[in-house]
Amino acid sequence: MAKRIQIPCLKNNLKKVRDFVESFLKDHNVSAMDIQLMVLAVDELCANVIIHSHNCNPRDHIEVSVTNKDNNFVFEIRDSHDAPFNYEDYKAPEMQEVIKERRGSGMGLILVRNIVDEIQYERDGTNNICRVSKRFSPYDDKIGE
Amino acid sequence: MKIIEQKLDNYLILKIQGELDASSSITLDNALERAIQSNTENILVDCAELAYISSPGIGVFTSHLDECMTRDIAIVLFNTIPSVRKVFSILGLDAIIPIVSSEKEAKSIADGKTHSNTMS
Repeated sequence: MAKRIQIPCLKNNLKKVRDFVESFLKDHNVSAMDIQLMVLAVDELCANVIIHSHNCNPRDHIEVSVTNKDNNFVFEIRDSHDAPFNYEDYKAPEMQEVIKERRGSGMGLILVRNIVDEIQYERDGTNNICRVSKRFSPYDDKIGE
Repeated sequence: MKIIEQKLDNYLILKIQGELDASSSITLDNALERAIQSNTENILVDCAELAYISSPGIGVFTSHLDECMTRDIAIVLFNTIPSVRKVFSILGLDAIIPIVSSEKEAKSIADGKTHSNTMS
């Protein structure tokens, strides 16, 4: 069964999302480093939606849900907005370029792509869904490897 | 998130406590901006109590790095926990921004500025 959390589109609610993801993964014996990285990936995706799609409007909401089947964890970030993010158009910037241009943004999706196994964006009626999945080995299985 | 600033000889130590994310990165941005504008020679960032960093936190460093290089100001991070270090590493920034394990090493890197903040 999916677990879910809904938050108003404010940046200081990202901590609630991080705690939600961390708690779920801890309950499924995922290693501390894997938890930290997955927390980061979901945080980045939620921050993108909150900031770029909803301009930090607290009247808007996003919902984050997670399911686990055989250690394949699927996270969905849902929101309702007329102009969904076009993932196809995203080009990861070169780090040297980011520094030369004194930029402080555009790196979140590089992190997400490096952390998760799969990322999908889809439109369902009026909802935008960003779905990422990651397969983890249970931490207990790693002991003694 | 809290930043404690400590001036020690020609070093400014910024001790970051807590989580650096989209909501808190502005605090570090302001601290770094102040440090650069006040002609600090060396900025050492103590990350021992930095529990978490996401891309807006990383972005504070990338947005100021070029100006630091132009002004010959060293930025060195030290005492990072593994998960924070990993974020810099995924982006390849650990090859651009020096990240070392102790304050002593950070001072040593800053003193030999030719070894820090270099871009190939």
